[in-house]
Amino acid sequence: MDGSIAGQTAWVEVCRLEEIPRQGSRVVATAARGEVALFRALDDAVFALEDRCPHKGGPLSQGIVHGHAVTCPLHNWVIDLASGEAVAPDKGCAPRIPVRVEAGRVLLALGGRG
Amino acid sequence: MNMIAAPRQRLVVVGNGMAGMRVVQNLLRLAPHRYDITVFGAEPHPNYDRIALSSVLAGEKTLEEIVINSRDWYAENGIRLIAGDPVVAIDRMARTVTSASGVVAAYDRLLIAAGSKPLAPPIPGLGLPGTCAFRDIADVETMIAAARDEGRRAVVIGGGLLGLEAAWGLRRRGMSVALVHLMPTLMERQLDATAGTLLQRDLDRRGIAFFTNGQTEEITGTDRATGVRLADGREVPADLVVVAIGIRPNIDLARQAGLEVNRGIVVDDGLRTEDPNIFAVGECVEHRGQVFGLVAPIWEQAKICAAQLAGDETAIYVTPPLSTRLKITGVDVFSAGALAAADPADEEITFQDVARGVYRKLVLRGGKVAGVVMYGDVTDGPWYFQLLREGTEVGPMRDTLILGRAVATAAQGAPAHDPAAAVAALPDTAEICGCNGVCKGSITAAIAELKLTTLDAVRAHTKASASCGSCTGQVEALLAAALGEGYAKPEGERPMCKCTSHGHDHVRREILARGLKTIPEVMLRLGWTRPEGCASCRPALNYYLLCAWPGEYEDDARSRFVNERMHANIQKDGTYSVVPRMWGGLTNPRELRAIADVVEKYNIPEVKVTGGQRIDLFGVKREQLPHVWRDLNAAGMVSGHAYAKGLRTVKTCVGSTWCRFGTQDSTGMGVALERMAWGSWHPHKVKLAVSGCPRNCAEATIKDFGVVAVESGWELHVGGNGGIHVRATDLLCRVATEAEVLEHCGAFLQLYREEARYLERTAPWVERVGIDYVRRRVVEDVEGRRALHERFLHAQRFAQQDPWAERAAGADAGAFSTLVPAE
Repeated sequence: MDGSIAGQTAWVEVCRLEEIPRQGSRVVATAARGEVALFRALDDAVFALEDRCPHKGGPLSQGIVHGHAVTCPLHNWVIDLASGEAVAPDKGCAPRIPVRVEAGRVLLALGGRG
Repeated sequence: MNMIAAPRQRLVVVGNGMAGMRVVQNLLRLAPHRYDITVFGAEPHPNYDRIALSSVLAGEKTLEEIVINSRDWYAENGIRLIAGDPVVAIDRMARTVTSASGVVAAYDRLLIAAGSKPLAPPIPGLGLPGTCAFRDIADVETMIAAARDEGRRAVVIGGGLLGLEAAWGLRRRGMSVALVHLMPTLMERQLDATAGTLLQRDLDRRGIAFFTNGQTEEITGTDRATGVRLADGREVPADLVVVAIGIRPNIDLARQAGLEVNRGIVVDDGLRTEDPNIFAVGECVEHRGQVFGLVAPIWEQAKICAAQLAGDETAIYVTPPLSTRLKITGVDVFSAGALAAADPADEEITFQDVARGVYRKLVLRGGKVAGVVMYGDVTDGPWYFQLLREGTEVGPMRDTLILGRAVATAAQGAPAHDPAAAVAALPDTAEICGCNGVCKGSITAAIAELKLTTLDAVRAHTKASASCGSCTGQVEALLAAALGEGYAKPEGERPMCKCTSHGHDHVRREILARGLKTIPEVMLRLGWTRPEGCASCRPALNYYLLCAWPGEYEDDARSRFVNERMHANIQKDGTYSVVPRMWGGLTNPRELRAIADVVEKYNIPEVKVTGGQRIDLFGVKREQLPHVWRDLNAAGMVSGHAYAKGLRTVKTCVGSTWCRFGTQDSTGMGVALERMAWGSWHPHKVKLAVSGCPRNCAEATIKDFGVVAVESGWELHVGGNGGIHVRATDLLCRVATEAEVLEHCGAFLQLYREEARYLERTAPWVERVGIDYVRRRVVEDVEGRRALHERFLHAQRFAQQDPWAERAAGADAGAFSTLVPAE
C-alpha cells in the first residue's frame, strides 16, 4: 500500500536522479523508516529499501548492484531490488519504500508502508 | 570408369550471406567436384548467422560465435572468397561479373543471393549520425557503441520482429528505449490484437516505452540525431535512432542486368531467373508472387537450388508453411498460418489465463488447424504447427485441443505425459528446429549413427539449434533420451560464475589477445549471459583489466567490493575500521598523537593493535571516514590498504639495529619493500615479512613473500599463509643484496598478479603451478625476472596514489554522505 494512514501519500523529495551513481546507491536518513537505501540501476530504474539486509542487518546500500539486484556486502545475500525479497535459496525481505522519479527528482513516500 | 576428370564449371555467387552459402554447402555435399566456386560479399566478414544478430545485441552471444563458415573453411574447400567487395555489374553476354574494385570473374553458372536492404522510409533526418538500421554487423556495432558511449536514450522505429528484438537488445544494454510503431498493435502480421497487446504489456513492464499509432514525421537534430517527432506532435528525445520497419529485396543488380524483377528477382520453381544460367535464392527473390524474410523457406530454396546446380533439374521448390518465434529471452511468442477466421466457415478457439499471462488461439478450417497464435506458454507450438502442416483431422479432439497436447491426447486415450517427456513423445516427422528445417527423426538418427554425444556435435552434423537456438532445450532432451546417463553437459575449465561459461584463465587470455579494455566489452565479446554480471565476476574482471592495462584502464568503483570502494573495512554493524600505514611497523610520537587525537575527536569506540604491526580504529561511521582520513593525512599517514585485495603489511623484526642476534637490517629492508609495493592490487591480499635472523621472529615463513636474513645475505620464501589452511613457504632462492631482494620480490608479485586467478592466494597458486615453475620464471630466467619487475614498477606508477587523500579532498563525496529529506 502506498497510502499513509492519513489516506494521503506524502511524497518527499530526497535528491536528483544524477546524485545517485548508476549501479550505485545513496543512503537517506528518515524519521519514519530509519536509514533507507536508494538504488539506481544501470537502466535508471530507481528502488528504495530499508537499508538492512533481512539476514544480519547488513547495509544493502554498500553492496554491488547488478541488474535489478544487490548483493549484500556482509554475507553475499542477493536481494531483488523491486520486491526486496532475498533470491532463493535464501529467504527474507527488506521492506520497500514507494519511490518515483519525476522530472529528474527522486521522491519517497515516507508516510506509508511499502 | 572415366579416368579423366571432366573440366570444372565456374560458379560465381553474388552474396556471402546465409542463403548463398547454404546453397554452396549443399552443393559441396551433392557434387563436390563439379564447380570452381568464387564468392563475392559486400560485407568484410566471413559468412555469419544474421538471425543471431539480435542475440549479439542482447549480449547473449559474441560475434565470433555467430560465424558460420570461417575463412579457413573457404580455403579448405577451394572456394575463392572476395569479401568487402560487392559485385556492381553482370554482363550476361560475356558471362562475367565485375566488382566495385574492378575484379572480373567469368561464370558458367551465376547464383544471385544478394539478400535485402533495410526499408528506408522518406523521413527527414534519416542518415544523420546517431541513426542506423538493424541489418548487419556494422549496424550492431553502431548500436553497441551508442549504448556504451553516446548516451542512454534510444528510439526504435518499427514494432515488428526486427524492431522488437532491437529494442530489447538495447534495453538489455542499459539504454532507455522507446519504440514507435505505425500500427495499433505490435507484430500485427504475426500476432492477433490480443497477443500483440499482451506482448506490449510485458515489454512495457520490462521498461520499453511504446508509441503505437505513431507515424514518424522527422528525425530531429542537425549534426546528429536528437530524437524523433511524430505526426501527432509527440516528440521523443533520443541519442540513437534505429529504423527497423522491414526489408526490401535487393534487386538493383538484377535489374541492371535486364533480368525480370518485380518486388524481387523473379524465379521459377527451380529457382532459375529468366536467364537459364542465372539462379537466385533468399531474400532477394520473388517466387509465385511471394517474397521471403524468414529462414525456413530460404533453407528449402537452398536445398532445391543446390540440387539444380548439381544437375537435378527435377528438383522443385514449394514454399512450406511458416511459423514465427520472437527471440526475446523470457517472452514466448509463437505463430503460424492464419491469424483469424477469414470467412464464416472458419472457427476460432481461444484460451486465456490472465494470471499466468497465457493466451492461445487456434483457427480451424474444415476440421483442420489453419492457424495458431500463442503467447506466454509456447511449449505446444511445434505440435500445433505439425497438425497444421500435415493437415491432420482434429475433429475428434476439438473439445480439448486448445488445452494443449497433453490434455488433448490424453482425452483421446493416450497416456498423459510430463512436459520433459514431451519431446520424446513427438513422432519422428515432428520439426524440432524451425530455422533449419530439421525434424526429430534426423536428429535421433544422427545421434545414433554418428555416435554423437554433445550438443555441439549435433549442431555441427544436423544444424539443429544452430541458428536462433530456441530449440536447444529440445535437442538436449533428445541427446539425454538417447544417451541416458552418458550425456553430460560440456565441461572445461570451471566457469568464473553463473554469468559465463568461461574460466578465469581463458578470460584473462582473451582480455590480452583481443585487447578488451572495459568490463562491458569483456562481457559482450565473451558472451556473458547476464549483461551486468554479478557480485562475483565484476570485481574479478575489474582486477584483470586493471592488471592488463595499467594507466589505461579506468577503475570501476561500482565493480569493487564495499571495502575497496570505501577504502575501509566494513564491520558487522555497518561501521568501518581504519588502519593507517606504518611502514615496516615503525611509528613515532607524531603519528601516535594524531591517532590518539582522532580517536577522541570522533569518539571512536575501540583501538586495537593488529597482527600486522599497525593500529586499527574500530567503529568509525561512514560519514566520518573522510574527516578521519584528513586528520591522519595531516600527520603524514596514508591508507594502510588493510581492506584491499592488494599489498597489506610488511611485518618486520627489529633486526641488527637493536637485536643481539640480528644479522641484517630487517626493518630497513621491510620499509624498502613496503615503499616499493604499497598500493599494488593483487588477486587476493598479500602480506610480506622480513626477519633479521633465522629465528624468524617476523614469521616470514607463513607470508606470501617472506625474507629471512642470513650471514651471507637473504633467503627468499614464497607462498605461505596463516589462516584456516596454514601453509609454510617454499624457499625460492638466496640472494646477496638488498637490490636483488627488491627485484625478486617485484617479479614474484607481478607473476602472481598476472597469472593467479582472482581470490586465489599465493599459497594455493604456488601449489597449483608448482614451485619449480615459479623458480624458473623468477630465479632462472634473468631477463624474464627483470621484465616482470619492470612491469610491476610500471603499474606502481599509477597505483601509488593515496586513496584517502583523494577522498578527504572531496572525491566521491556521495558515497560517504547521507541524504536528509525534509519530512
